Amino acid sequence: MTAPVELGLPGLAGVPTTDVKQTKKDFTSDQEVRWCPGCGDYAVLAAVQGFLPDLGLERENIVFVSGIGCSSRFPYYMNTYGMHSIHGRAPAIATGLAASRPDLSVWVITGDGDALSIGGNHLIHALRRNVNLTILLFNNRIYGLTKGQYSPTSEQGKVTKSTPMGSLEAPFNPVSLALGAEATFVARTIDSDRQHLTSVLSAAAAHRGTSLVEIYQNCNIFNDGAFEILKNRDSRDEVLIRLEQGAPVRFGADAQHGVRRNPSTGSLEVCEGDDPGVLVHDATADDPTQAFALSRLADPGTLARSPIGIFRQVDRPAYGDLMAGQLDEATAKHGEGDLQALLNGKDSWTVG
Amino acid sequence: MTVKHVRELDRVVIRFAGDSGDGMQLTGDRFTAETASFGNDLSTLPNFPAEIRAPAGTLPGVSSFQLHFANYDILTPGDAPDVLVAMNPAALKANLPDVPKGATIIVDTGDFTPRALKKIGWTTSPLEDNTLSAYKVHALDLSGITMEALAPFELSRKDASRSKNMFALGLLSWMYGRSIDGTVKFLREKFASRETIRDANIAALKAGWNYGETTEDFAVSYEVKPAAMPSGTYRNITGNLALSYGLVAAARQSGLPLFLGSYPITPASDILHELSKHKRFGVRTFQAEDEVAAIGAALGASFGGALGVTTTSGPGVALKGETVGLAVSLELPLVIVDVQRGGPSTGLPTKTEQADLLQVLYGRNGESPVPVVAASSPSDCFHAAIEAVRIAVTYRTPVFLLSDGYLANGSEPWHVPDVESLPVIHPNFATDLNHDGEGERDFWPYLRDPETLARPWAVPGTPGLEHRIGGIEKLDGPGTISYDPNNHERMVRLRQAKVDGVAGIPDLEVEDPSGAARLLVLGWGSTYGPIGAAVRRARKAGHQVAQAHLRHLNPMPANTGDVLRSYDRVLVPEMNLGQLALLLRGKYLVDVVGYNRVRGLPFKAEELADVIMEEVGAL
Repeated sequence: MTAPVELGLPGLAGVPTTDVKQTKKDFTSDQEVRWCPGCGDYAVLAAVQGFLPDLGLERENIVFVSGIGCSSRFPYYMNTYGMHSIHGRAPAIATGLAASRPDLSVWVITGDGDALSIGGNHLIHALRRNVNLTILLFNNRIYGLTKGQYSPTSEQGKVTKSTPMGSLEAPFNPVSLALGAEATFVARTIDSDRQHLTSVLSAAAAHRGTSLVEIYQNCNIFNDGAFEILKNRDSRDEVLIRLEQGAPVRFGADAQHGVRRNPSTGSLEVCEGDDPGVLVHDATADDPTQAFALSRLADPGTLARSPIGIFRQVDRPAYGDLMAGQLDEATAKHGEGDLQALLNGKDSWTVG
Repeated sequence: MTVKHVRELDRVVIRFAGDSGDGMQLTGDRFTAETASFGNDLSTLPNFPAEIRAPAGTLPGVSSFQLHFANYDILTPGDAPDVLVAMNPAALKANLPDVPKGATIIVDTGDFTPRALKKIGWTTSPLEDNTLSAYKVHALDLSGITMEALAPFELSRKDASRSKNMFALGLLSWMYGRSIDGTVKFLREKFASRETIRDANIAALKAGWNYGETTEDFAVSYEVKPAAMPSGTYRNITGNLALSYGLVAAARQSGLPLFLGSYPITPASDILHELSKHKRFGVRTFQAEDEVAAIGAALGASFGGALGVTTTSGPGVALKGETVGLAVSLELPLVIVDVQRGGPSTGLPTKTEQADLLQVLYGRNGESPVPVVAASSPSDCFHAAIEAVRIAVTYRTPVFLLSDGYLANGSEPWHVPDVESLPVIHPNFATDLNHDGEGERDFWPYLRDPETLARPWAVPGTPGLEHRIGGIEKLDGPGTISYDPNNHERMVRLRQAKVDGVAGIPDLEVEDPSGAARLLVLGWGSTYGPIGAAVRRARKAGHQVAQAHLRHLNPMPANTGDVLRSYDRVLVPEMNLGQLALLLRGKYLVDVVGYNRVRGLPFKAEELADVIMEEVGAL
């Protein structure tokens, strides 16, 4: 193992780095990828394999942990350490790993069913604790591996195998949910936009604490075109809002639309691009109110007015660092543990 | 000055009983501590309601603490109290059925008002009718005397009466010649920042002692001489504490950092509390959002090379099942501690039972073999924990460690081991490529050690050994996904063979002093003490009885079948409806006889002795 080198990326502090040049091939395992042809997962895999060499981390100090679902096969395709665990539990398993091994870069691969249905509890608590993890939530708004039931992000009225007359439930908005769960880093990106995907992944990896990245990912078998409106050249400019730190929140082919706060209700609304009240995006604001308001802009059914980019990026001590700090503090105060003294205790007596 | 007599006894059972808020557990703990340092052998049985503060003065709110101490080695907290200390009418009513005629009852009359009596369904006071005529009764206004003694402190009525437990402790300490110095020191530390409360409690304690010494009500005090014990260092210890120390010791002996993932649950929470104090031993404790996350985090830590442990009770085991199955498939070390309580469902959270045996063995999907170790006494929890870790680490497998509510909260003197004498556990992490691949060496995560069948434990951070594992069936050797029918059958049988082949399990030892017994009494877990005491009684009555106790429930000692078959009759007492009996019948085709009680309480020695003698008589 080589000594840790400060990368200037807080999220990876303590993870050993290498000077040896790495390529995408170094991160590609010998396993045949078995997603359906045309699945959005391929693009995410390629982006991750393509961007990891830039970090220059020792490959053996990277771990991918996943749950159950199509996207959760991801770790098998990465030539790093990996665990394909059980449904919904990856954040919990990764918490134990990350909290006890600060020298690892730990990634969680999950989907909308895995993270938001069966694993909802673990997701919100990982976010609340701010464990040093990067969570990639592949959201295709459908259950793929079980062949096409509605998911907790499916739009209400969704007709699927289990809901022939339409689903009855309101969907989760993963970004809103994460913000409500005290997340310190929340972003959204799209599988087909390699450049945006890579930039968000880089920022997420650099963040210390839990980074949640929602990736709109197309399931071309069971929910094809779910994000078409955000991808199609003809429609996307009118419905996709790219958030950039410090920049006014504008969209449209000519930035002719803007987003401003309605002075009387406080909620956000679309306005002219040159409106003097157009919001300036600040993901680093302590107060998550504006980030949350932005997360509510999108229509939960059609996804029109969907912001992508980093909603929130603030500093809060990571769980594992605090835990290690308490161990250090206890040892500094009272010295290393003496097992015999512990066993003897204070009220012992001697016979003979 | 009254002339006081001292009478010598060989053993005494005292039960302190009062309202949940009366501090009976503390009183019992302190009497126990003084008794332990005096050198008696002892055994304790706390018994308290699940409600933190049930309505005052009611029967469901009664909390008690029973202590058995003797000048010889004893095995149980005693069947029935020789002395009952009842702090209110409800405590008297709830405990009276357990008190044998002729026993001593010390009762606080302070709360014997018509209203309090009515609350528990007594129309007349038992102090005034014939209810207690068969007992030696000391009816004292403990509350009133305590308040009088504390008058100088100008406490509120409520605060002053709170110290009545210390008065009772002082009185009992005088009666049995226990020192109160340790308790004075304890009170000084506990109430260091609240001087008045501290001084009032100490004053009440001393007043109780002096009351016994000076009043005519108590003409006799008793002496129970120290028990003969092998030389060494001793301390009093509960099962939960011993188990916690066992885990810390096992971490040290294996060189692995301890990671505990746990969710609070009665009666296991004290292990989480205890381990959270030992950060300078490198112990990480994680209070998870639920039972599933608790075991998940522990397994994640194990993947990273820590000693992953999770602690729970029966309902928690039910929730953890899927992750235990994952650990079976991943073949990673993991210790799951089940401090059993009455079930099913929420059941009896604060009462004991041993009805999770089949759950831990078979409560998962698929063929999912897991070794099981069960502690037999409070102090044995220490060594059982080390044994569970040894098996988990050596064989890369989850291991269940069974305790129960009785062991968890009960206590006994413990001969503290020299840490140099503890076994060393070798993790043997994989560091090198282990297989000749196509043209180059590579790493197979499921290439097994031919002797133990354990797979290599290669932790992240080890260069060149990057690999992926998961819950999907793996190809024997390479560990890649495999749906091949023959491979699945091979892997199922390999996992089973690995657990069946756990080595280092001593033969089942039979204790049969006469060598001529035809009846074997076989138990497991916390029934060791009661069975031992019952067997002693039966032998004293002239019967020949053999006793054996299982510590390893999976795999069982190699000679188990031979032992069972060498007796005409095998009696298996269990605090369940016959779970071990079912296993023995199925595995060894021996027609064992069960004796089963599920009252939330340990067996009574007398009751078991009767059963044993009946069985011997029937042969």
